[in-house]
Amino acid sequence: MPPEQGPDPGPDPESVAEQVFIALADPTRRSILAALAAGGPATATDLADRLPITRQAIAKHLTLLADVGLVTAEPGERRRVRFRLRSAPMQVAQQFLAALARDWDGPLDALTGYLDRAAQRGEGR
Amino acid sequence: MGFPDRIERTLDVAHPPRVVWAAITTAEGLAAWFGQEAEIDLRPGGVARLAWDGGHVAELRVERVEEPSVFGFTWRVDAMPEDDPRRTYVEFTLEPTATGTRLRVVETGFAQLPDEGYRKGFESHTEGWGRELGELVAYLDAA
Repeated sequence: MPPEQGPDPGPDPESVAEQVFIALADPTRRSILAALAAGGPATATDLADRLPITRQAIAKHLTLLADVGLVTAEPGERRRVRFRLRSAPMQVAQQFLAALARDWDGPLDALTGYLDRAAQRGEGR
Repeated sequence: MGFPDRIERTLDVAHPPRVVWAAITTAEGLAAWFGQEAEIDLRPGGVARLAWDGGHVAELRVERVEEPSVFGFTWRVDAMPEDDPRRTYVEFTLEPTATGTRLRVVETGFAQLPDEGYRKGFESHTEGWGRELGELVAYLDAA
């Protein structure tokens, strides 16, 4: 159920996470994001020098990544636009992954086993 | 809803609530099934620490202690940065049954967003880092 529309509902975590997963589903965008994470802010030309992708394709993907807030554009040297990774949406996606990665089944099985063993020890006395 | 904010498990165990309570709220019990090592200060606001082989450690803040029926704590979300203030809340409820105890575990809070204050702090932190690097460059250039 969607929450009631308040004055400023803010970004919905699920849609933020969805944008991250859509971005990461494409190998070219993964390599662009990985290059920005590894090397810091870069222009489309810098990235084209480092990656086996045309500058045009990189520019297209950077536009999409900026639209969904995964990178921000900022003024760089010689009036070139530099792109910087924005980690906030990644952290939202990471929190969703944490829910999927949380293992309660293993510990609860271990708890049941522990209680049963403790009861047997008690009976054996 | 594509992603869970809430994880819930219910199990029936053949042991009375006081036995289950001891297993989930004492260092001895927690070390036997949850972590490999455990310590706990069992009072609201108290801290519990679980450690596993391999060096993984979880720090829990005890929130609710209603013996022998409700035990609640919060802890950090795995893989989030150290300074991220978000925590999930875990609550165990114990209900006596004819054959033992119905134990329910609910963990909530996975779908929280960072609050506005945190986001501002975060942005200023990343900007600050860029500025510090700029200052280092200026210092090296001057040297």
